[in-house]
Amino acid sequence: MAFVNLKRREVQVKIVYYGPGRGGKTTNLEYIYGKFNDRIQTEMVTVKTHGDRTLFFDFLPIDIGKINGYTAKMQLYTVPGQVKYNATRRLVLRGVDGIVFVADSMAVRREKNILSLKNLHENLKNYKKSIFSIPLVFQYNKVDLAEQGIPILPFATMEKDLNSQLKRPAFEASAVTGTNIVPTLKKIITMTMSSIKDELK
Amino acid sequence: MSYTLGQQQLDSIDEILQTDLIDIGVHCVFLIDMSGNIIASLDDGENKHDIYSLAALAAGNFGAVSAMAKIVGEGEFSLLFHKGKKENIHFSKVLTEFLLITLFGNDLSLGFLRLKVAESVEKIKKILEPIHTP
Repeated sequence: MAFVNLKRREVQVKIVYYGPGRGGKTTNLEYIYGKFNDRIQTEMVTVKTHGDRTLFFDFLPIDIGKINGYTAKMQLYTVPGQVKYNATRRLVLRGVDGIVFVADSMAVRREKNILSLKNLHENLKNYKKSIFSIPLVFQYNKVDLAEQGIPILPFATMEKDLNSQLKRPAFEASAVTGTNIVPTLKKIITMTMSSIKDELK
Repeated sequence: MSYTLGQQQLDSIDEILQTDLIDIGVHCVFLIDMSGNIIASLDDGENKHDIYSLAALAAGNFGAVSAMAKIVGEGEFSLLFHKGKKENIHFSKVLTEFLLITLFGNDLSLGFLRLKVAESVEKIKKILEPIHTP
């Protein structure tokens, strides 16, 4: 639920990185944190387990400058990907304005991507939101692993599995090397801002 | 979905927070929505915190505690308060969508703070009611 502050002429928007466990959601945020260090005044917040898995969420606020005369503050969140943490995942989704679905391109994770997308659909319904109308971008992560001989699903297969009905923008990416991480972010920002632009007139 | 607050509404909220809470010795107070967005924030000029991170964590924390309450058969836990050595945090729900968070030191008693928070919550409710989404 984006909040428009007319006094400060500021808009706050919530973008959530969703997807199966160990898919690279936190790595996406870490890359963005490193890349846009000068625009981020605070430390990245992470609530994780001893095993370095996300327990609750990661949080990164980022200033993207002015849009229609409003200072735009993007609040980036990740959810915990592990199946058992659905209750906390649902909490993070509250008031979401835009979603990046980070899918794992490794062939062995195929089923997990599909289950996670179904889970997103269910959790959005819980807040009376539809996966068909919310701004959403797909990111097929870990394509760099192909060079190491690890079986990767081709773009067309990922699209067929996840995006055949939704038909949203999709990027092949590598969160570790930074490939297509910023384009993914830019795309979701553009889509989300355009969905609330009527409020900014 | 999004919502907007105008200059007049935000000024009124700031004034309530200033006179009811900052003026009695509260270190820092902020009003957020359950998504973690900051609607208003004030401090006493001495205690600066990273309120964006605090807001995100507070919204998550409050959500988690509410979910716990439901599991044990409570509608909600009405008092949510964290005690530290020097700094304490008090959370109070405003309508269903908003949260008032107060940071204060040990020189202020919890009872007095709760009284003043309850007063300001009642006033803020009147301002937020029109944009309140159930």
